[in-house]
Amino acid sequence: MSRVPLPYSQKILELFRNPKNLGKMEDATVSAVAGNPQCGDMITFYLKINEHDIIEKASFESYGCAANIATSSIVTEKVKGMKLEDAWKITWKSVAEEVGGLPAVKFHCGILAVGALRRAIRAYYKNKKQIPPEWLPKELTFEEKQALEEEELARILSKKMKMAEEGT
Amino acid sequence: MVENVRELLKAHEGLRREVYLDIENSSFVPREVLEAMLPYFNQRAYGNPTLTHKPGWEAFEAIMESAQKIASFLSCKNLEEVNFTPGETEANNLALLGTTLQMRGKGRKIVISEIEPLSVVHVAEMLTKYGFSIVKVPVNSEGFVNLEKLKEAVDSETVLASFSTVNHEIGTIQPIKEAMEIVKDKNPKTIFHTDASDAYGKIPFNVRELDVDLATISSYKILGPRGIGALYVKEGVNIERILEGQIGTQKLWPGVENTPLIVGFARASELAFQKFEENGAHMRRLRDKLIGEITASIVDVRLNGPKGERRAPDNVNISFLRCEGEALTIELSLNGVYVSSGSACTRRLLQPSHVLVAIGRRFEEAHGSILMKVTRYHTEDDIDYVLEVLPKAVERLRGITGATVVE
Repeated sequence: MSRVPLPYSQKILELFRNPKNLGKMEDATVSAVAGNPQCGDMITFYLKINEHDIIEKASFESYGCAANIATSSIVTEKVKGMKLEDAWKITWKSVAEEVGGLPAVKFHCGILAVGALRRAIRAYYKNKKQIPPEWLPKELTFEEKQALEEEELARILSKKMKMAEEGT
Repeated sequence: MVENVRELLKAHEGLRREVYLDIENSSFVPREVLEAMLPYFNQRAYGNPTLTHKPGWEAFEAIMESAQKIASFLSCKNLEEVNFTPGETEANNLALLGTTLQMRGKGRKIVISEIEPLSVVHVAEMLTKYGFSIVKVPVNSEGFVNLEKLKEAVDSETVLASFSTVNHEIGTIQPIKEAMEIVKDKNPKTIFHTDASDAYGKIPFNVRELDVDLATISSYKILGPRGIGALYVKEGVNIERILEGQIGTQKLWPGVENTPLIVGFARASELAFQKFEENGAHMRRLRDKLIGEITASIVDVRLNGPKGERRAPDNVNISFLRCEGEALTIELSLNGVYVSSGSACTRRLLQPSHVLVAIGRRFEEAHGSILMKVTRYHTEDDIDYVLEVLPKAVERLRGITGATVVE
């Protein structure tokens, strides 16, 4: 049972109660997912991007805790009207700061939100444009790697449990 | 950080009603219990019970009378079988470590189930660092221990078997007598311990009839104060102390006895056993109302644990799919309903409740679980309020989840 006290900030509570830009976007240019239900944290980002590579609108859906919902909401607010190049520069730390700080056990929520955003941007250049811009790093960034790691860990744990169950 | 918590508390102002159902993790202390305790802080019996003066003798008398009450509720042979500890965690540590210390050289195997509380699981796991091996006997989808596998697990090397009488999370009432007989048939020297914290005061639990060697009971789980529990040790069974220091009235736990807490534990026991049948029927009615209406009115829910007579009278544990548990506890709190969740969301390791995983719940089912325990103090109106608040909370959070998770 959940036992770590979570002194969420007022900002997180506010965004948990009234998340901004919530819901699936039917006319999204691109969408991306980070996390999975096994982690207990999963975010889908939808971005509408215009011909000048500017994010016209962003929305999200989140299966996750209050911090997950709040950080996703903040990211969608921040990127609205931003050039993709600038949106790429958003870090999980800046997101954490903006929600008034995250408890240590919730750092991964901020990381996951930024991971999902960067995946969406990568997907956009890969699928829609085919040519990645100069500023887009070829290597996965910290946030993207962490998201992958978390997904992988949950998969391994989940698989382990299943194997134990089947008595192998 | 405490600033943040003050703001969170402020967000709760103006609640129409408050219903506390997180008895698993801590409890309120009813007025009758508090009143019984109060004189022992400053009016009488504040002395050390092993010393030769009036306040000390008063404390001795109070502790012995309290032990006698608890011993009679447990059907002990004598009150020396009741050993006070600072709680369930400490009693379980004493049971496992005290037994393995006593039995050193006689075997290196410990048998437990997959769904024991962490104060059993983690201690057993720690002992593997010191040459012990553990076998975790599997349970079925309702949490019942596989008795065939238990039979296979116990051998001449087994020094200790530990199985809860009632599971703390999903309320499964184990066939504990059968389990003990299986263990003793295979190896009569194996010490049999049961954590009965969720049985004592809630279902009939009689140590003499069961003939277990060791049994843990806890005060706050029967609405006594926190910080006190006890380990029943059958007459003739020897275990070692795990702490050393000044030994007082408690031969297995050194240090100065906390007389007000012991008195509170005894008073809480009296209240739990007074009108025992009536209280049980009341809790069952509230439990079944919660389970019945939640499963009928909310889609995609799963009851965790068995139904009816094989379930503890107070336990409700339900998984809400597409709804993350920690978020749900916060949403409910903001509406005055206090519960806990088996979600992993507060743990970096991503592992949800080991109990829910052991009964075959997928991770995403365990993450959305809510645990509630009702008491004799809860009313139909309390439950109606929960049933009013809960569906709305689930609906709002499922709205945020949207199409992210497709079952």
